[in-house]
Amino acid sequence: MSKRSVADLKVGERATIQSFNNQLMSLKLLEMGCLPGAEVCLSGKAPLGDPICLNVSGYCLAMRKSEAATILIENVE
Amino acid sequence: MVLIIIHSTLFIFTLKTSPVIALIGNPNAGKSSLFNQLTGLRQKTGNFPGVTVDKKSGTWPIDAQTVATIVDFPGIYSIYPKSLDEQIVTDILANPAHPDYPDVSIVVVDAANLHRNLLLFTQVADLGGPVILALNMLDVARQQAKEINAVRLAMRLGVPVVRINARTGEGLDLLKKAVLGQLEEPTLPGKLFFDPAEEIPELIEETKVQYQLETNYLALQYLIQHDGFSFLNRSQQVGLDTLIHNYQFNEQTFQAGETITRYKRIATIAAEVVTNQRAANQPTWSQKLDRYLLHPVWGYAIFGFILLLIFQAIFAWAQPFMDGIDSGVAWLNGQLKESLPPGPLTDLLTDGILAGIGGILVFIPQIAFLFLLVALLEESGYMSRVMVIMDRIMRKFGLNGRSVVPLISGVACAVPAIMATRSIGTRRDRLITILVTPLMSCSARLPIYTILIALVVPSRRILGLFNLQGLALMALYLLGLVSALVAAYILKLFLRTQERGYFIMELPTFKLPRWNHVGLTVWESVRSFVWEAGRVILAISIVLWVLASYGPGDSMDRAEARAKQQHAALATDQLQNIIASDRLEASYAGQFGHFIEPAIRPLGYDWKIGIALLSSFAAREVFVGTMSTIYSIGSGADDSDITIRERLRQEKNPITGGPMYTPALAWSLLIFYVFAMMCMSTLAATQRETKSWKWPTVQLVYMMALAYGSAFITYQLLH
Repeated sequence: MSKRSVADLKVGERATIQSFNNQLMSLKLLEMGCLPGAEVCLSGKAPLGDPICLNVSGYCLAMRKSEAATILIENVE
Repeated sequence: MVLIIIHSTLFIFTLKTSPVIALIGNPNAGKSSLFNQLTGLRQKTGNFPGVTVDKKSGTWPIDAQTVATIVDFPGIYSIYPKSLDEQIVTDILANPAHPDYPDVSIVVVDAANLHRNLLLFTQVADLGGPVILALNMLDVARQQAKEINAVRLAMRLGVPVVRINARTGEGLDLLKKAVLGQLEEPTLPGKLFFDPAEEIPELIEETKVQYQLETNYLALQYLIQHDGFSFLNRSQQVGLDTLIHNYQFNEQTFQAGETITRYKRIATIAAEVVTNQRAANQPTWSQKLDRYLLHPVWGYAIFGFILLLIFQAIFAWAQPFMDGIDSGVAWLNGQLKESLPPGPLTDLLTDGILAGIGGILVFIPQIAFLFLLVALLEESGYMSRVMVIMDRIMRKFGLNGRSVVPLISGVACAVPAIMATRSIGTRRDRLITILVTPLMSCSARLPIYTILIALVVPSRRILGLFNLQGLALMALYLLGLVSALVAAYILKLFLRTQERGYFIMELPTFKLPRWNHVGLTVWESVRSFVWEAGRVILAISIVLWVLASYGPGDSMDRAEARAKQQHAALATDQLQNIIASDRLEASYAGQFGHFIEPAIRPLGYDWKIGIALLSSFAAREVFVGTMSTIYSIGSGADDSDITIRERLRQEKNPITGGPMYTPALAWSLLIFYVFAMMCMSTLAATQRETKSWKWPTVQLVYMMALAYGSAFITYQLLH
């Protein structure tokens, strides 16, 4: 089974960032505070389900689904 | 005592009298508020030397001897730029020889988002210049039950930390003291926050020696960013490439590692300085509001309603003000004609200059309303939501969520809109946005739309709410928008790319607009519209008046004699009108108009409109001024207090004898101006931004072809 990514989250679901699968995109995401180990929560989706809104370290980040798919996650216990 | 005196004399000698102070910070950290607080009305917008990035700078009197120049840099999240706009910051901070290189950098930090803001702060500090941390938005942090110990933060970072409130201006005195302190005797952090030499000592050392650099972090920036550094020459850049190759240095991996390390160290500091008592994950009211604004149905409904409101404001609410200005100018014109001795100079002043300028002044209320509402949307944070809900749709057309801001700004003016495309990180998305933005109806088209719509669309209410003229205006704007999207879609098919587009954006929390900001924006835009457009119009009005008042040889006198002969039986004022019109036709301008008439006849235009078309080639807004001038000259002298709208209504078609401005002609003209690329400044902006002559040429040709074709079809169908 392939790893879950932020793109697979449901609205309101929480997860912890584990790693990235695209280095160029990870540089941008890291700087915006998406760090491995950080807890994220999918706070909402734009109409048509894309882009998505992600709560990370206290603020809201909008990104496309294709970008969200580069953030691999593990579930929060 | 003696010591103090020596100290202060030294101080006078060593302190620069006009130091440069940079404002750096994350977007939405309150940088612009602080800038306005410090500079007030002593600010100006210019360009950074060599590039066309907007540079906002202003003066700040710090004490009796020192007047600092404050430079407001574009908002960035890190020292590694994501777009052209952001590149300028590192380009200057890494180059001490740059005229805007700061003597002190003030990094504005949003206390409510401390971690992310400190990332940028530590990078700027590591570059080596004196820095001050201005801790802003403490009130917002407090609302989230976060308290920040500024003294401890200052100790941990080793730099002055000043608590400020950029909205109210609290703490500015302390900031002043801190700046003076840093100018006089800089407090620098003892060691680098992140030292690249810990991991790649030899490479950093060799770079520092080869390029005579002082700090390790600057050396790292040379290695990673040299392609974007405009101050390095080709061989210096190749030299850095060689170094990277020799040491097998992987920039991306290193940069990712740097960010993670910095955040780790920031987390340690934050744990010491922040007390956080917030109950876990209560949705804030901003998030609650977003549920509606990003809702599949409500989101678009609200956006549509806001757009409708903007158009109603432009058309209906601005009307009383416009009528006032309109009749004011007409009254002044009449007064001047009565009180001044008749002669060519009086004619030039009234029919030439005042008629042209009056045609522009009338549109101040509409432009002010438009900029007011756009500024409110930007200020409140709603514009970011619009980008999110529009991204998916924009992407279909080869654009980007971020293209929304240029497109909406394009409604005001295409030049700043094209400059605003710099925030789009993807090259192809940006190019397409630049090419289609001028299809959005800018404020210069508004005068043309307004006059022509008023001629052919009745002012009636439908459904008791909407003015029919307002709806017609909205339809024209929508036509502009739809054609921009279609053009983007077609361009997307031609411009293929390997580059991966992206859209990552912070959604700022909603804020009450800062009224002084909004006021400044409106004032600036109205001022520049009147001033920039006014100058062109003044010049063209004078030239046009001369061309319309004189003809080759005695052609105009002969035309008058002929008219007198043919229409001897008519009453005096009718005769006057015919004479004036025939004289105009015989003038240089008239002959010019006749010369191009065959080309524009299929669109329904006559030689008078031809003159206006030609003169508005440099700038659309000239059209109305030209029409005013032509019809002032073309009508008799007695009806000088009639407005331009009335004159157009009275204009007769010499062939049919009916009104000249039939719906077919008016709509053909309207459609022509929706599409036509008639603005030198926009073409110049495209040339600057794309750094090529190819794209402005493409833009000019496709838009002109579109304008001619559509106007032709419109006229032939309605005719």
